[in-house]
Amino acid sequence: MVGVVLVSHSQKAAEGAAELALMMAPDAPVKAAGGLEDGSLGTSFEKISAAVEAADQGDGVALIMDMGSAVMTAEMVAESMDDRKISLLDCPFIEGAVIAALETAGGTPLSGMQEKVESGRDRKL
Amino acid sequence: MVAIIEEMAKKIEAEKDYLTQLDNEIGDGDHGINMARGFAAVEKKLPSLRDGDIGSLLKGVGMQLVSTVGGASGPLYGTAFMKAGMACKGLTELDGPAFVKAMEAAVDGIKMRGKATEGEKTMLDALCPALKAMQDDVAAGKSLKEALTDAAAAAEKGVEYTKTIIATKGRASYLGERSVGHQDPGATSAFYLLQVLAEMA
Ligand SMILES: Nc1ncnc2c1ncn2[C@@H]1O[C@H](COP(=O)(O)OP(=O)(O)OP(=O)(O)O)[C@@H](O)[C@H]1O
Ligand SMILES: [Mg+2]
Repeated sequence: MVGVVLVSHSQKAAEGAAELALMMAPDAPVKAAGGLEDGSLGTSFEKISAAVEAADQGDGVALIMDMGSAVMTAEMVAESMDDRKISLLDCPFIEGAVIAALETAGGTPLSGMQEKVESGRDRKL
Repeated sequence: MVAIIEEMAKKIEAEKDYLTQLDNEIGDGDHGINMARGFAAVEKKLPSLRDGDIGSLLKGVGMQLVSTVGGASGPLYGTAFMKAGMACKGLTELDGPAFVKAMEAAVDGIKMRGKATEGEKTMLDALCPALKAMQDDVAAGKSLKEALTDAAAAAEKGVEYTKTIIATKGRASYLGERSVGHQDPGATSAFYLLQVLAEMA
């Protein structure tokens, strides 16, 4: 399965999004990477790197970010781990997390993830 | 160069509260805290970097900033120092042209990482005019000290300019019109770093 890493400025937001995603896809390799080492607000290169390693089962890892430095730091993690398959997805944070978890559990490959999470942008019901 | 980095860390620590206050007005109030955390970590790392060439020193500084800043200025300044380091690979001294090359690489790196250009109310509004001043001075055969002094002056003007424009990148962009009248924290920290360069050159 494709790993899913949820990158947020807030540890609570990342963990909450992971919780929501795992509700429907309990076996999906979803990892939260929120906040700084000490739990304060911000984005951590080390936390994201560790979450990518933990989520990678060999089929690659999809990163979903909230905004700003979460996107830029995720990009730098991906560049630093060029031996792994990593994609940054552009989608709403919560909806994207839920969709990505379901899709990875359903066997969607990393290359198909962006198209699947797109629907999170204009669908609440 | 090690002494310059140390001086940068001191300057950022001294301006920490002011930078944070600026970020309180149009951001999330952490720019000074982020930068001070990053440069304090850089200072700790310096002993292990001081024996290498300027390229590896700058690269190490950049990587440390990426790892410890925690906000947008981390990947942005981090990329800038890392790209400047690549441009100075193997060098143990920088003359005017080498400095210009490093600065060009740094500014291009920030543009690439933040997908921003001049006029969006970011650190680029200090750095782009500074680079232009430096390029012109070095092309005209002026000394590195003169070039860096003009660069810092251009950056200071750039900081003033950020007060007049709407933010279209970064957190301040979510404020739209309300960002006008406030100076950009990242442009301000960029000016401080250039000021240290000019003083120490
Ligand atoms: N996309 C960008 N391109 C260039 N500079 C940017 C960009 N986004 C933010 N900045 C600069 O970064 C400064 C803010 O740095 P700071 O350390 O406070 O990060 P932040 O905005 O709080 O980060 P985060 O994205 O985590 O919220 C801004 O004042 C601006 O100069
Ligand atoms: Mg901030």
